[in-house]
Amino acid sequence: MRDLISLRNVKKSYLRGQQKVEVLHGVDLQIEPGDFLALMGPSGSGKTTLLNLIAGLDKPTSGEVTVAGQRIDQLGRGALADWRARHIGFIFQFYNLLPVLTAEANVEVPLLLTNLSSSQRKQRVATVLNLVGLADRGKHKPNELSGGQQQRVAIARAIVADPTLLVCDEPTGDLDRENAEEIMNLLQALNRTQGKTIVMVTHDPRAASHATHELHLDKGRITNGAKDAA
Amino acid sequence: MKYFRLIWAGLWRKKARTILTMLSIIVAFLLFGLLQGVNQGFNSVVANLNVDRLYTNAKTNMVDGLPIAYQNRIKEVPGVVAVSHWTYFGGYFREAKNAIPAFATDPEGLFKVYKELKIKPEYLQAMKSTRTGALASETLAKQYGWKIGDRIPLGTSIWTTKEGSNTWYFDLVGTFDASAFGSGGFPSFYINYDYYDEAKAFGKGVVHYYLESIKDPRQATQVAKAIDALFENSSNETRTQTESQFQQMQMKQIGDINFIVNAIVGAVLFTLLFLTANTMMQSVRERIPELAVLKTLGYSDGKVLALVLAEAFVLCLVAALIGLGVAAVLFPALKAVIGNLPMPLIVIEMGIAIACGLALVSGLPPALRAQRLNIVDALAGR
Repeated sequence: MRDLISLRNVKKSYLRGQQKVEVLHGVDLQIEPGDFLALMGPSGSGKTTLLNLIAGLDKPTSGEVTVAGQRIDQLGRGALADWRARHIGFIFQFYNLLPVLTAEANVEVPLLLTNLSSSQRKQRVATVLNLVGLADRGKHKPNELSGGQQQRVAIARAIVADPTLLVCDEPTGDLDRENAEEIMNLLQALNRTQGKTIVMVTHDPRAASHATHELHLDKGRITNGAKDAA
Repeated sequence: MKYFRLIWAGLWRKKARTILTMLSIIVAFLLFGLLQGVNQGFNSVVANLNVDRLYTNAKTNMVDGLPIAYQNRIKEVPGVVAVSHWTYFGGYFREAKNAIPAFATDPEGLFKVYKELKIKPEYLQAMKSTRTGALASETLAKQYGWKIGDRIPLGTSIWTTKEGSNTWYFDLVGTFDASAFGSGGFPSFYINYDYYDEAKAFGKGVVHYYLESIKDPRQATQVAKAIDALFENSSNETRTQTESQFQQMQMKQIGDINFIVNAIVGAVLFTLLFLTANTMMQSVRERIPELAVLKTLGYSDGKVLALVLAEAFVLCLVAALIGLGVAAVLFPALKAVIGNLPMPLIVIEMGIAIACGLALVSGLPPALRAQRLNIVDALAGR
């Protein structure tokens, strides 16, 4: 099967003051469509940097990043934004919902970038809120929802535009065990029933156990290949 | 339009701050609307003045006056159709606060020069035959409840009678319609110059200015020069201008209204600029992670810039329109100053243009900052 994500000799370095810090040292990685990959590793190992490169939020210092057949390391800022809107659903550790908008309005935000009519957008929002079990919470603002519910809204927002890839950065990092389990079950269901490809950064082995593969990073290098987790 | 909810919600993230900023803008544009309304009102009055009328006064100073003997000489100037004159009486009725725009004149000539003033022939005839007669505008007569036949005492702090009195008595012999000149400011109480000149204790034989009606408005400049040439090198040189030039000069004597209005409004708007810019800057600074999330979701740099700018436009335009609307409602209260004029549409148009400028200047720096935002740094709180 053709890879959905392909990284070839990807290097990333930052300048911290005068000092150049190498974060990724020539990473090679292939992820197939439908995979659920857990990226694990200690703090500072480069997990989030790798995730940002895959999601098109950042660009490598060198190397190739191809996602859904597109060399995204070669795209300009504008084209990359369009590409993210079409292909990426992002789930953050701290939900990052817009506090002034209701759950419905938060979920609708990515759809504003599409050509869907208002009624079509409403229908989609209702569908995904129902899918994440929050059909009755659409009118609530984030501060009126629990952490688990907020993360469900964030998941609904991530999937509402039907992206090619879901990218999750510590999606259970701010949740208690029970809510974390529910969120992971939801992500697993999305992967299994909807066929969503998911790349997830996590420290939590329990969360990682829901993935189909695990990848360990240490000091900017992959210490094992993508292997079956289950 | 589909982004409006996003823009509106962003605006109300800090309700108290937005309300205070909006109130400041509302008050500023209320002030702008009222002051510019007055300014434009004056301008439109001046612009609508008749160009086939000339005013002649002493070259040195309007209040110095000119000899009454000039009237016959001015009549002879080619192009002049009719000549009259006005001398400021400046009286008050009963109390000093009831100022009456009273002028001593030659009534027959005056109504020939001011054809817009409508008077019944019998009133004019009565004025000619009554030395102590007076004519009042219908509005003025109505204001003080005067009726034809009333004897009206006018106090004056300028002109003393030969008997040493500062109170003059006039018999109201008729009224006239001066509605063509609005309800405020236009001289609307006339007394016979001959009686006034004879009865006053000093300053005899002098008028404050001559009014000329001319045949062809296109010849106004030449006729004015011809009149002034008549009295060149005399002890009472003249300055002749069109009515609109004259009115502008009079207004300048109480100050350059245009300059004063623009200075006040300019200072207010300049201050407002910093206030609005500060509000927008703070608003963007607080929402950096949210703006980074929008970019993560696929909102381009340009779109984020447009969203922030749109917030500034909505804030400024909504508040400015409220301010201008309130000004339009309150404007009729200024009728005593500028007459029965509605707020000129140009003031609303200028206000909207200024609000757009304000939004652009105050919204652009934070919008550019939002546009340049690096997603990874912003999400990491750097």
